Amino acid sequence: MPISVLEFEKPIIELEQKLHECETAEPRDETAVARLREELARRQQQIYSRLTPWQRVLVARHPERPHSTDYVHAMMDDFVELHGDRYYSDDKAMICGMAKFAGHPVAVIAQQKGRDTKENLQRNWGMSHPEGYRKAHRVMNLANRFGMPIIVFIDTPGAFPGIGAEERGQAEAIAHNIRDMFTLEIPIICIVVGEGASGGALGVGVGDSILMLENSWYCVISPEGCAAILWKDRAMAERAAEQLKLTASDLIALGVVDEVIPEPLGGAHRNPKETYDNVRHALEIRLAALLEISSEERIERRYQKFRAMGAFHAGEHGQPRTTTTEPE
Amino acid sequence: MAWFKKERYTTLKPPEMRDRIPEGLLTKCEECYAPIVTKDFEENLRVCKRCGRHHRMSARERVNLLADAGSFTEMFKNIQSTDPLKFVDSKAYPDRIRSAQKSGYDEGALAGEALINGRRVALGVMVFEFVGGSMGSVVGERITRLIERATADEIPLVIVTASGGARMQEGILSLMQMAKTSGALARLAQKRVPYISVLTNPSTAGVMASYASLGDVIIAEPDALIGFAGPRVIQQTINQVLPKGFQKSDFVLEHGFLDMVVERKDLKAKISLLLYYLTGKETRAVVPASDEAAAKPAGWPLRAQPVDPLEIAFR
Ligand SMILES: [Zn+2]
Repeated sequence: MPISVLEFEKPIIELEQKLHECETAEPRDETAVARLREELARRQQQIYSRLTPWQRVLVARHPERPHSTDYVHAMMDDFVELHGDRYYSDDKAMICGMAKFAGHPVAVIAQQKGRDTKENLQRNWGMSHPEGYRKAHRVMNLANRFGMPIIVFIDTPGAFPGIGAEERGQAEAIAHNIRDMFTLEIPIICIVVGEGASGGALGVGVGDSILMLENSWYCVISPEGCAAILWKDRAMAERAAEQLKLTASDLIALGVVDEVIPEPLGGAHRNPKETYDNVRHALEIRLAALLEISSEERIERRYQKFRAMGAFHAGEHGQPRTTTTEPE
Repeated sequence: MAWFKKERYTTLKPPEMRDRIPEGLLTKCEECYAPIVTKDFEENLRVCKRCGRHHRMSARERVNLLADAGSFTEMFKNIQSTDPLKFVDSKAYPDRIRSAQKSGYDEGALAGEALINGRRVALGVMVFEFVGGSMGSVVGERITRLIERATADEIPLVIVTASGGARMQEGILSLMQMAKTSGALARLAQKRVPYISVLTNPSTAGVMASYASLGDVIIAEPDALIGFAGPRVIQQTINQVLPKGFQKSDFVLEHGFLDMVVERKDLKAKISLLLYYLTGKETRAVVPASDEAAAKPAGWPLRAQPVDPLEIAFR
């Protein structure tokens, strides 16, 4: 049995165990096995095909969900890590480096959570300090100078809120990344693989293509943070998750994300290999398309892409007109 | 508060002054708790004469402080909010907007053109009175259009921030306003059009992690809270007592993220001087001083605008 099972996954895990027992029993009851398989497929479909926003948030945080570097190692060759921001330290929540992807040298910016408490202490649970954003800035500039496309893996519960982070200019570091990513000449593809929380995610999140895994989330605030502020109660996170429209399909409707990469039934952790293949496939197509166009055009399109984000009325003389498509 | 008012009243003011002041027109300093005659307080730009505490100024007072009298033309007022997420917390978002509009402002930012000592500028002023100056699509769009106007016309940009961050009720779209405004600033910077960012209390979170941090020169008023995360969130996360003065203007200056802390009375002159340096162009006030005083809205302090000695040198 997997080490951590989400509440709504329990019926499936139980069925899987039953099936396993049945399959390994001597003698094996073929009718029972077939019946259990059918039952399992039906239950999986039933449970996973209509996950609530909150359940998706839980899947996005699943302890066994593949992390950014898992994708790097599965999809890319000869990864070389580049350490340090050259000012203060090496932020281990933001892994940067170079690798070969689909025959291209690429730069990798990967927000990284830990697998266990020990690694999480080192990686600060995926929450970068300013030096993480500055390291990413340095490596992005390096990529720009030497013509390497940038692949960004986003997975963070937020930029770290702490004394040192404030003293060293968390806001300044994020703001400069956001602005300067608009000027980079090389293609930038960002993919949200887990959690995309607020400025912490956007601080490396400006790209030509923005992709999201099916069960990842991306929002201005975490559901818990929103619940704490608006309802003064973190337990209202489930309600906040619904209100915030933070799932991949919501973000497609809101015009923020270009593509949702499908996950295997039950989430990336249920079949990491299939997930890596899906991500690789999507990235290859996106990268090839972006390399077809000139850097001037990419920069212009990148600007116009973000320029169009937002929903408001722009009525003249009191005649409201909606300029941005609103989701139903 | 009544006992307090009465007691200080009689000891601080001579009898003839007391007779001139109508009842209930006292304001209490948030810092030293000194009662101040509201009229004096307003004339002193909401700065406590006793301790120097800078109290919050309304967005319109801010415009009056910085722009030459009558020179501000508000733009992009046609940009009005909608409800992209159909967001409901204790209130539906459109109702929240409607009740916020009782503040006398229609959204979280005023954007327009103005003259600062005769120099044409693109001026943005965030409205803290409107949902805490939070940035949603309307604020983002107005600020972006303002930046684009400054870029197209090559006029300096001045943005005064007073914001607690992004507007949660617009979810991801409010986050993306950080990208939109910063992208526009990248183009402004490429055209070498100067941008002065003025941080007032508070300047935090989403706005601070985007355009407010991207000024060619960054000025803060004294006593402003400036940072990425709010002090309460930090305290909850790290479970430690925060150092004294943490995230206040002087602290941020000390850590190297501000060019200067400027008192309110000197702000206009300082911006004017900086714009002279950054553009290399002198200006001449187009409105004579006497007309300027006459053109001021009723109730506005008639006291002459304080000037920096250096400013006079460049007139
Ligand atoms: Zn005082």
